[in-house]
Amino acid sequence: MADSAAIRSLPGRANRAEAAAPLPRKPLHVPLRLPLRLPIGRLLPWLLPSLVIVGWQAAASFGLVSTRFMPAPLDVAAAGWRLAQTGELWENLWVSFARAASGFLIGGGIGLFFGLANGLSNLSEKLTDTTLQMVRNVPHLSLIPLVILWFGIDEGAKLFLVALGVFFPIYANTLHGIRSVDPQLIEMGRVYGMNRRELFWRVVLPGALPSIFVGIRYALGIMWLTLIVAETISANSGLGYMAMQAREFMLVDVVVLAILIYAALGKLADSLTRALERTCLAWNPAYRNT
Amino acid sequence: MSAATALRVEDASARPRDAGLAITLRGLSKTFEGGAPVIRGLDLHVPAGQFVAVVGRSGCGKSTLLRLILGLEEPSAGRVTVNGGAGAGKGAGSSKKIMFQEPRLLPWARVADNVAVGLGREIGRAERRIRALAVLDEVGLAEKAGNWPATLSGGQRQRVALARALVSRPALLALDEPLGALDALTRIEMQAMIERIWEDQGFTAILVTHDVSEAVAMADRILVVEEGAIALDVAVDVPRPRRRGDPALAELEGRILDRLLGRSA
Repeated sequence: MADSAAIRSLPGRANRAEAAAPLPRKPLHVPLRLPLRLPIGRLLPWLLPSLVIVGWQAAASFGLVSTRFMPAPLDVAAAGWRLAQTGELWENLWVSFARAASGFLIGGGIGLFFGLANGLSNLSEKLTDTTLQMVRNVPHLSLIPLVILWFGIDEGAKLFLVALGVFFPIYANTLHGIRSVDPQLIEMGRVYGMNRRELFWRVVLPGALPSIFVGIRYALGIMWLTLIVAETISANSGLGYMAMQAREFMLVDVVVLAILIYAALGKLADSLTRALERTCLAWNPAYRNT
Repeated sequence: MSAATALRVEDASARPRDAGLAITLRGLSKTFEGGAPVIRGLDLHVPAGQFVAVVGRSGCGKSTLLRLILGLEEPSAGRVTVNGGAGAGKGAGSSKKIMFQEPRLLPWARVADNVAVGLGREIGRAERRIRALAVLDEVGLAEKAGNWPATLSGGQRQRVALARALVSRPALLALDEPLGALDALTRIEMQAMIERIWEDQGFTAILVTHDVSEAVAMADRILVVEEGAIALDVAVDVPRPRRRGDPALAELEGRILDRLLGRSA
């Protein structure tokens, strides 16, 4: 007790609490200081893409590039508007989205289940892990001819392919997440009287969550890729089908439109996951600034 | 009067000095698979409410001894008997708590929730929050109750770990080199804090440390463990509060260090 008081009265250490607080973070880059009042920082990243689009439109309008091969941005927008009016766009969009989502939920669900089971139970891991690793080595897109043979070209085929593609990243990352939970925390939980259920929900699962999110992000990319390929090869509805039909009739602007929509959907899915990460992983300083 | 002071006043009148657990070890031995015995035929009695420090070199078996006393390891031979003194707290499950060398806080739970981990399942949510805040107040971190552990410094995290160990009012508190990772001044402050709370609550404390000056400043009794057996058992008769630099403490520290270091010469 006497020592504490002595320390607190040392010169230059007036407030120990201040000294113990972590330093505030400094930004890595120097902020721009321009005389204009525009939010320059926000607008700059869009400068280059805007120039590209304007240049592209100008080239098309002045006949420098044949619109047969590369439609002008305004044409693409017009095609989009047209399809939206007829409802074709929404229908195909919904079909593609539903396929992607169902495949993701099925494959992801199975992947999550096996990841948790193999992470928590040695027996389960010994029984199933090697088989699953073998399945992973077969590139799922190469199975397309086989899948068409088995399932025809209806929904089952596409769902199967998407689920298969999504399964492995989620399985592997969930397994890794469970296995790399800090054993010191598990020991602490045990010593402080947590039973197995509490240990799982309060220590193991939250500890595995960052890894699981990595798996989800990765699986989303594979989901889109698989969907695009599956729809291009065998479909009678969906965005890919819309693009294929447009190609048959040389409607290049619709083809480009479909590509842009795929890109936008991919970006949307990624942003949603990021937002989810930021909520669930708010405790982790690494995710605070994304 | 703050919540914490109210709690303390009420308990001081209700709590006799021997509110801790008494520990008796008879012929205790522990051998890990394929190794030499870590603890050999150890006999020890710790009366309730005593503050015991266990010092020794790395690998001498002091942490194993602690884990055997807490029941985290099974002895290969011999017996560990732990029983309550006349005024021991009720609830067998909450009687023994440990503070580790690392804070071991759950990074995804806020400070108050981390402290509540020490309370177990039976207590309701409102009561849990009140007790957690009260003990956080005792360690001086009441305003950080809603923070994530990642925003705290090392010393603050160890204080939260201490709060977690104390929130259930244990009858036995085991401290496994808890202050080793802190800077010297924070260490001295934390030692004073632990001593103050021990005096208030009266639990039995066992501190494992390699820092002899820490042992000498905090404990009633010092055990020197060498190769799995107790080589020296000295009482520290210096009255509290103790000042560092007190000649009696320095002499004792010198004696113990001679014993620890002289052996290897």
